[in-house]
Amino acid sequence: MSLLNTMPEFMVTTKVDEMLNWTRKSSLWYMLFGLACCAIEMMQTGGPRSDLDRFGAIPRATPRQSDLMIVAGTLTLKMALRTKVLYDQMPDPKYVISMGSCANCGGLFQLAYSVCDGVDKVIPVDVYVPGCPPRPESLTEGLLKLQEKMMQEKWLVRRGEPAGARA
Amino acid sequence: MDAAALHASLRERFGDAILALDEPAAGDRAVRVAPAAILEVARHCASDPALAFDCLSNQSGVDYPARNEIEVVYHLFSYATRHAAVLKVAVPRDNPVMPTVESVWKTAIWQEREIFDLLGVVFEGHPDLRRLLLPEDWVGHPLRKDFVEPTEYHGISTKRESML
Amino acid sequence: MSLGGFDVQVVRESGFATEEMTLNMGPQHPSTHGVLRFVVRADGEVMTEAVPDVGYLHRSIEKIAEKVGYHGFMPYTDRVDYVAAMPCNQGWAMVCEKLAGLEVPRRAEFCRVIATEFNRIASHLLAVGSMGMDIGAYTPFTHALREREYINDLLEELCGARLTFNYVRIGGVGWDLPPDFERKGLAYIERFEPLIDEYNSLISFNKIYKERLAGVAVISAADAINYNLTGPNLRASGVKFDVRRDLPYSIYPELDFDVPVGTGEAGVVGDCFDRYMLRIREMQESCKILRQCLRQVPPGSVLGKVPRKFKPPVGDAYVRLESARGDMGWYCVSDGTEYPYRVKIRTGSFTATSIIEKVSRGLMIADLIAVIASLDLVAPEIDR
Repeated sequence: MSLLNTMPEFMVTTKVDEMLNWTRKSSLWYMLFGLACCAIEMMQTGGPRSDLDRFGAIPRATPRQSDLMIVAGTLTLKMALRTKVLYDQMPDPKYVISMGSCANCGGLFQLAYSVCDGVDKVIPVDVYVPGCPPRPESLTEGLLKLQEKMMQEKWLVRRGEPAGARA
Repeated sequence: MDAAALHASLRERFGDAILALDEPAAGDRAVRVAPAAILEVARHCASDPALAFDCLSNQSGVDYPARNEIEVVYHLFSYATRHAAVLKVAVPRDNPVMPTVESVWKTAIWQEREIFDLLGVVFEGHPDLRRLLLPEDWVGHPLRKDFVEPTEYHGISTKRESML
Repeated sequence: MSLGGFDVQVVRESGFATEEMTLNMGPQHPSTHGVLRFVVRADGEVMTEAVPDVGYLHRSIEKIAEKVGYHGFMPYTDRVDYVAAMPCNQGWAMVCEKLAGLEVPRRAEFCRVIATEFNRIASHLLAVGSMGMDIGAYTPFTHALREREYINDLLEELCGARLTFNYVRIGGVGWDLPPDFERKGLAYIERFEPLIDEYNSLISFNKIYKERLAGVAVISAADAINYNLTGPNLRASGVKFDVRRDLPYSIYPELDFDVPVGTGEAGVVGDCFDRYMLRIREMQESCKILRQCLRQVPPGSVLGKVPRKFKPPVGDAYVRLESARGDMGWYCVSDGTEYPYRVKIRTGSFTATSIIEKVSRGLMIADLIAVIASLDLVAPEIDR
């Protein structure tokens, strides 16, 4: 019998939920999905000055070992099909940060014939980080917002949407 | 060697295959060459010791629907003598076929693939003429002036509704 | 046979049937070069061929030019090569100025050269750092990113952006040098130049690094010219050609700098190690250029008189300039209106990718990574 989302909400169960969320948010391993210019800023964010590693976020090359996909850069139609494949290869629970205007809505390439206007046409997105490219501080803020979002999730407690369900 | 001298020397050697000398109001002057003769002219430009154009610096295609032509522009450069030249070849828009120059300059392999991909010019004799930048199942040649953007590709719509 | 300096005996045991495998590398892979895909046919570890499949970042920049006009195209030129965006900006400005016959004020030329050379150092730092990372050494990458942060700070003071600058305008530059910029720039150069030796002590003369790169993927000078390799790739094969020196533009004729050439110091002329060392040497040359420029910026305006509706006469022009990845060719056809008729950008990475298929025969799979890194490819330059 599964314990998922079956418990009433009182002190012990909420604290267990919080602890589970805290452990997960403190080691978000992101997949290196740098497509274009935002990839350079993503690397600089993971670099020495504004360090993403202090949040526990380290880059992983393979989708099989990552829980976060930072779509950094313009998504072309040719790449959009592969993006869906990569997203499907990530294990649950998985999150997506759309970084930069190109990934949010096509950005300045909306006039192009070969660009997919926004990564949310292919995969569901949790946090949108605006900018062209966003500064490292912006991306860090986006990551922190995602961490806040993760803290709201419910694992033991019954209420609202079951945890881990994706559209 | 400036464009007029090049035009004169090529015309002397190749006769009628060398068409006019283009002298626009701004920019570079170019020598127009007939499509069938471009491979011979290219070989001569690369191997002749006075010309010695050992580098094809750029090869672009330009669509001119008003003249019903697609023009392929070759920018040549010589590392030995440091001079440059421009050749232009015009092919008809409804049947854009011309020989490839990849046997002279290997860089033309990819340049011509790109021109085929984006403009639809077919290069006879090319070892590997297939699309380079667009997906293999893409329909149409986008850099043509009459290209109409498709409304969707594999189920992904190309329009984005404005939030405003 | 000799692979990377080692004598390798490929032993075929009798009765052991092997098959050629077809592997797919990319388009998503842990490398900073962007979305590139290679279809690799390999017999064990040794490749028979590696065919590049590009176009995953084709953003139709050339077609967009026809829709946004001459002035409006400047931000798009940043995205053609985002690692070294200043030369791209300058290339577009130069081709427009050639078409219209415009003069650029002298102070603006100095600003352009200062910005371009700082960007060249930043781009080579990334190339060198990511090459180290691709070979397997992670620390030099963080050193490179640290230095890039300081250059980003300087360029941010100059034009407000860290990566895609949109600084150069047709007829000049967008903003004047901020107060005290020359002093800060010189102070940075004083601090940075000795650190280049830090790279040499960390990786360049490291035994493992040399053996990974020496003698790998040798490109002869004739091949380099035939395939139209440019910039550091061409000079590493022994061809002493630099657009700043040989087809000079802007204020480069007045500046004193060397053009380093590959000498085969660790292996053969034109191997991966040569291409790597050349970038280190070019950073030193850029420091020299910056010192000269920052000390003698003349007063004056930074933007010439350019009409708002920029309509050059009918014609077409081709301009070459030395970007971090070699000479970029900018070809623009104008039809007299304020929208360009056709823009073609021929980049160094495009031609460099075309030679990989030839050069990769007989290499090992790990060497393919070294070759890609040494040719310093960036995907947006290939795909535009």
